[in-house]
Amino acid sequence: MSIEANDPNSEETPRRIWLRMVPLAVALLIGGFLFVGLNLRPKEIPSVLIGKDVPTFDLPALPGRPKGLKSADLKGQVSLVNVFASWCVSCRAEHPLFMKLKAQNIVPVHGLNYKDEGPAAIGWLQRYGDPYDRVGADLNGRVGIDWGVYGVPETFLISAEGRIVCKHIGPVMERDLQEKLLPAITALQKGGTAKC
Amino acid sequence: MIAELGHYALVLALSVAIVQATVPLYGAWRGDPGWIGLARPSAIVQCLLVVIAFAALMHAYITSDFSVLNVATNSHSAKPLLYKISGVWGNHEGSLLLWLLILVLFGAAVAVFGGNLPAPFRARVLSVQAMIGVGFLCFVLFTSNPFERLLPAPIDGRGLNPLLQDPGLAFHPPFLYLGYVGFSMAFSFAVAALIEGRVDAAWARWVRPWTLAAWCFLTTGIALGSWWAYYELGWGGWWFWDPVENASFMPWLAGTALLHSSIVVEKRDSLKNWTVLLAILTFSLSLLGTFLVRSGVLTSVHAFATDPARGIFILAFLIAVIAGSLTLYAFRAPAMKGGGLFAPISREGGLVLNNLLLSTACATVLLGTLYPLFLDAVTGEKITVGPPYFNATFGPLMVPVFLAMAVGPMLHWKRGDVLGAVQRLKFAVAASVIALFATLVFAFDGPWLAIPGIALGVWMIAAALEEAAYRIRLFRVPVADSLRRLWRSPRAAWGTTFAHAGAGMVIIGIVASSAWQVEKLQIMQPGESVSVGSYEFKFEGAAPIPGPNYEAVRGIFQVSRDGKDIAVMQPESRKYQDPPMDTTEAAIRTGWGGDLYAVIGDPTGDGSWSTRFYNKPMIHWIWIGCLTMVFGGLVSLSDRRHRVGAPVRGKAGAKTATKMSAGAKPPTPVVTK
Repeated sequence: MSIEANDPNSEETPRRIWLRMVPLAVALLIGGFLFVGLNLRPKEIPSVLIGKDVPTFDLPALPGRPKGLKSADLKGQVSLVNVFASWCVSCRAEHPLFMKLKAQNIVPVHGLNYKDEGPAAIGWLQRYGDPYDRVGADLNGRVGIDWGVYGVPETFLISAEGRIVCKHIGPVMERDLQEKLLPAITALQKGGTAKC
Repeated sequence: MIAELGHYALVLALSVAIVQATVPLYGAWRGDPGWIGLARPSAIVQCLLVVIAFAALMHAYITSDFSVLNVATNSHSAKPLLYKISGVWGNHEGSLLLWLLILVLFGAAVAVFGGNLPAPFRARVLSVQAMIGVGFLCFVLFTSNPFERLLPAPIDGRGLNPLLQDPGLAFHPPFLYLGYVGFSMAFSFAVAALIEGRVDAAWARWVRPWTLAAWCFLTTGIALGSWWAYYELGWGGWWFWDPVENASFMPWLAGTALLHSSIVVEKRDSLKNWTVLLAILTFSLSLLGTFLVRSGVLTSVHAFATDPARGIFILAFLIAVIAGSLTLYAFRAPAMKGGGLFAPISREGGLVLNNLLLSTACATVLLGTLYPLFLDAVTGEKITVGPPYFNATFGPLMVPVFLAMAVGPMLHWKRGDVLGAVQRLKFAVAASVIALFATLVFAFDGPWLAIPGIALGVWMIAAALEEAAYRIRLFRVPVADSLRRLWRSPRAAWGTTFAHAGAGMVIIGIVASSAWQVEKLQIMQPGESVSVGSYEFKFEGAAPIPGPNYEAVRGIFQVSRDGKDIAVMQPESRKYQDPPMDTTEAAIRTGWGGDLYAVIGDPTGDGSWSTRFYNKPMIHWIWIGCLTMVFGGLVSLSDRRHRVGAPVRGKAGAKTATKMSAGAKPPTPVVTK
């Protein structure tokens, strides 16, 4: 019995043409999935905390800045909690958006200063502006663990009942704000429910 | 100013590449020697221009010119010079420029040294190579310009990720890219052959050295990367089946298959169709690897900057290259008529088996790597595919590869005899049976799979050696005669011996280090001791040590065995400032039996420290084995037939022949085997 790698005498049958199209078809299929994949967010792992009450915590204020942050502060009105640090470069990217939110007085934004040093954080807020209502200093990151923080920046949307409605990982960009956060905030403020 | 020159050089390189991608190709079709002749000078000019651009970026890094955005984001004035240089490719824009540099260097190498290629064929190869160049130049210029200015310039840069500040990793990307891009040569040759409609032994003889060189580089790159993961990440692991690792491993598997199938084309004028397809797929997988790493489509421990616009661009390019070449393949493949017939049991048959198994293994890795993406796209469910999948699928597929690779070189071409081949390997059979029982006695309680695993490794090494002994007729002819044969037998055959023995060493290293590793994790006070296997670690204390751009804490451990002090190990835990990040520097003591591995972690606050210790028997065999494989590749690369030049191509069809004669050089002498 012999194998012929390529039968030199065979007529080109349609079946063989289709066979040779297989690599192309597989490549295009994978390409299609990769295209879809570009618009997916693999890092957006659904948080188990969604829909739950915020973890119980009580953080001191930054040195020289009034108002620390504790769980009770998050009850009573819809708010955002932004995890930030002076050493975090992407935090600088989202910072102007929070400044704008403050200027328009749409929703209070609280800061969770994550694994930072007090003076450095104060200096950072003085340099780029302070958009926060309350800021809790989480020096060793213990509270961050309870919140399931695994990268800075992260932003949580908290309902008036003190429940975590939604979690955004990475810097908040204009589009995230317009398409995701603001509609949810408006719905919550009107007393409705929201999901994102 | 220098940065602008670099930018301008890239723009010029793009225009040259566009000319090179079109004019010589059209010239080769028309048979116009003038247009064909344009390929060589343009490849050289394109290379010079990209070298200028790369030198400009290198200059900006060395002089810490923070008015260049890329330098400000990724470098820091306090960084040692080596890492200022490696910082050039330690980021997205710079690494693409490195990709491009290697691509044009290889193109120029074909232009300069490819004198024995028929001019129209060389023109086609260089045109295809330039098309890839156009794609990457556009990518760099339109989405990832490394020369973008930042005004006003900051006082200092943000620094390179400290994990990447390491000699192993400084050279890991260039080697990986030399491998990836090296496969672009095989790709260009394959596409040029498809356009010309002809693949023959001469073609395989040109493709083989390029594939072999690329394979050596890629093997080195992967080995360096895993070695870095082993000593830098601090968990004692060396391979994680991470998507980015898989991205480099898939081209390696396909490239290894290509390496073997091109032998059949060269020696037996068969498997042409398949070899051309493999050449296309190998480079496609290299591109896919670049895409996966650069686009952030998959989550990975290798978090690079990700940007959807770049992702779209590179995906479009990827699809254009792959779909284009595969379409060409679908229509032109029938033109590659195969010649040699062979029986299923033969050297060719063995190589076909190797190819089938390696490509299946490669497909398995591809499926596992992309599966989270498929599932997320279809159902929105998020999963990760981890080591259990790969160990369960990849492992069993490779076992027959390893079993067969010992027998393959003993089989005859055309028609072989497995029983006879195994009989000729009687010493190897004996050695592996002895190894089986020795392991059984030594590790009676050990994991059962480790026992055949070690025997398999011994089988591969012993068979490689016995095949070499058989080749030089050791002890069957006078020793002097054998020595003469040793010197005169083809280097390619010696390459096989080293590469196959090296693979056996890797297997032994993997099996032994994972089966008999001892691991201890604990909190220790200074003065305390812990025993790890037969070793005793005494914690003497920890002290802060300042570094050039970091603060370190160094732990001191006195290691003893049977009451005798044998070493002092000093692992460090480093805190970098720019950017702020902690890294562990494991202390590793390599002995004949294996590695001792110590890591110091964080202080607990009450004077004690978290520590980790491992004893990993024979783990260095993994890297020594990889080096042996690379050495085998280099030996094979030095084979006389690659230096003497390719044989003249067989008589082509009348039409091509007349066209070729216009620009073709006088034929080089035929090499006899």
